[in-house]
Amino acid sequence: MSQLQYYLALVAGGLCAAGLALSFATPLETALLLKAFLALGFLSLLRFALPLSLWADGAIAALGAVAVLAGLAALDPAPAFFWMALIATWLFAWLFVERLAAAIRAGRATGFGMVIPLVFGVSILLFWEVVTRGAHVPQVILPPPSQVWTRLIASLPTLWADFQQTFLKAVLAGYIMGCAAGFAVAILVDRSPFLKAGLLPIGNFVSALPIIGIAPIMVMWFGFDWQSKAAVVVAMTFFPMLVNTVSGLNAASSIERDLMRTYAANYWQTLFKLRLPAAAPFIFNALKINSTLALIGAIVAEFFGTPIVGMGFRISTEVGRLNIDLVWAEIAMAAVAGSAFYGVIALVERSVTFWHPSVRGRA
Amino acid sequence: MSGRVLPILIVLLAIMLFWYAAAIWMNAPWQSMLYARAGLLDVPVQQFVLDSWAQDKPVLPAPHQVFGEIWNAAIAIAPTSRRSLAYHAWITLSGTLFGFVLGTALGIALAVAIVHNDAANRSLMPWIIASQTVPILAVAPMVVVGFGAVGVTGLLPKALISMYLSFFPVVVGMVKGLRTPETIQLDLLQTYNATPWQVFAKLRWPAAMPFLFASMKVGIAISLIGAVVGELSNNAGGGLGVRLLTGSYNGQTVQIWAALFIAAALAAVLVIAVGVLERLVNARMGARPI
Repeated sequence: MSQLQYYLALVAGGLCAAGLALSFATPLETALLLKAFLALGFLSLLRFALPLSLWADGAIAALGAVAVLAGLAALDPAPAFFWMALIATWLFAWLFVERLAAAIRAGRATGFGMVIPLVFGVSILLFWEVVTRGAHVPQVILPPPSQVWTRLIASLPTLWADFQQTFLKAVLAGYIMGCAAGFAVAILVDRSPFLKAGLLPIGNFVSALPIIGIAPIMVMWFGFDWQSKAAVVVAMTFFPMLVNTVSGLNAASSIERDLMRTYAANYWQTLFKLRLPAAAPFIFNALKINSTLALIGAIVAEFFGTPIVGMGFRISTEVGRLNIDLVWAEIAMAAVAGSAFYGVIALVERSVTFWHPSVRGRA
Repeated sequence: MSGRVLPILIVLLAIMLFWYAAAIWMNAPWQSMLYARAGLLDVPVQQFVLDSWAQDKPVLPAPHQVFGEIWNAAIAIAPTSRRSLAYHAWITLSGTLFGFVLGTALGIALAVAIVHNDAANRSLMPWIIASQTVPILAVAPMVVVGFGAVGVTGLLPKALISMYLSFFPVVVGMVKGLRTPETIQLDLLQTYNATPWQVFAKLRWPAAMPFLFASMKVGIAISLIGAVVGELSNNAGGGLGVRLLTGSYNGQTVQIWAALFIAAALAAVLVIAVGVLERLVNARMGARPI
């Protein structure tokens, strides 16, 4: 047991003991599960005498999560031992993760790599839920996740309409146009070293600029509907694609190009058979960067004026009406959409650039 | 040097020419309508072109109009006035820098935890990467209004958005950087009986410097974006974002372009400043100039 694990176990057990002692002030039958958890946590201090499996820590943490959630309704206002139980739950989860990571490292537990980030995510959600409800955090600041979830389910039609407007129309159209334009210009520029020397530094520079600021101009030029958002997305995605493709086209080494020359390959054959495949990792890098940029661009552009639908529009108006739970539902949807978009591109990248060392190394 | 500067200048010149031409083309419909209203027929081409470059609220302002507006609003007015662009730029800059400092500190702290603790690595890293697929700028209005509801306004809400955006490149870069020392170097320090703190301060930290500065250049650019977007939700606070928003409500295109150019210049200055800092630190740490 490492030093950190030792202290974690000690503090978690001690907190449970203190909480258990405090909980005797309340009648026995209230929040029985919580007391059971505290007692079990206290008993876990026996680990210093006889070994305790890491899965036992995981089970205690899970019991703690259930007990704290159940106790939330029974105990109001939340007493001190309730908060102690929450912190102890967190500590047990931490201890479990710490021991699992050590076990994975030692090769004693395989196939549980996904458990660790999951435990972390669930712990965050639990903490969020319990603190917002237990401490009565004003809804304007942070609604509990359960409320966001019910709101999300209740307003699915609105969310779907917003998703269609922002993602399916503005983001996808802009993304495809912007990436295609950046790619095409990169191929054109690539033939002229002079243009390349002139455009690349400017492209690099423009990539660092707050391009998002052109949103109001685009709204003036292309109107309130999705076309203006697509235009912003085009402008945002163009430069990363241009810069990455140009540097990708230079990725093929001169020995490989010489080989193509000895085959008497012409420019286009060299381009399609050697240089574009060699540039694929760079191009996919740009596609991945752009997937996040595109969503941001479309949403922020909607702050400057839209028809009364769209994710950015919904966020800015519902914030004004203090419907923060709907805003969080919208954000959750945007997060899922963004992650899925990114994930799809990452999957395509894996199958297209299967030969690249960064992909080849993985199973 | 001239071999590198000349192509850039030519491309810039081409962009400028294209811009002037586009300004004529895009402002032409409105200009001909103005002439039609005034009853002017067959205006000479030269007059038409000059007028289309000098409209009050053009669809696309000509470059000299934008630079004129920047001159009028940033330099000719006292910087304490609310009409001054320098005043708004300062508000944005302070938010950017505050958020950038917070984000860099958070990023370094997370990277140190990730490099030194396996559990932190496994539990944090996937979420940090996932956090960036969330279009965080969409959260900006909520952060600003939420903090406003509890009475926190001004710099902090903006800075938090900037922080969220800028911590990510720093984490990723620093994790990579702190892991660059090779086993042989770590072993050497072990033979010296170095404490973990010494390993960190004398080997890992110096090795991570190039990564830190590369990440900081990305981070400061996006932290400016975060500050500008954060301002969109707080009209009273001022800043370049507010200038964009009011310009867009009033159709003041010249004002929008001027704010945009100032923001771009600010981004360039900030990135260059980080570059200068990098050179100073490198010289101080005895790195060989590249």
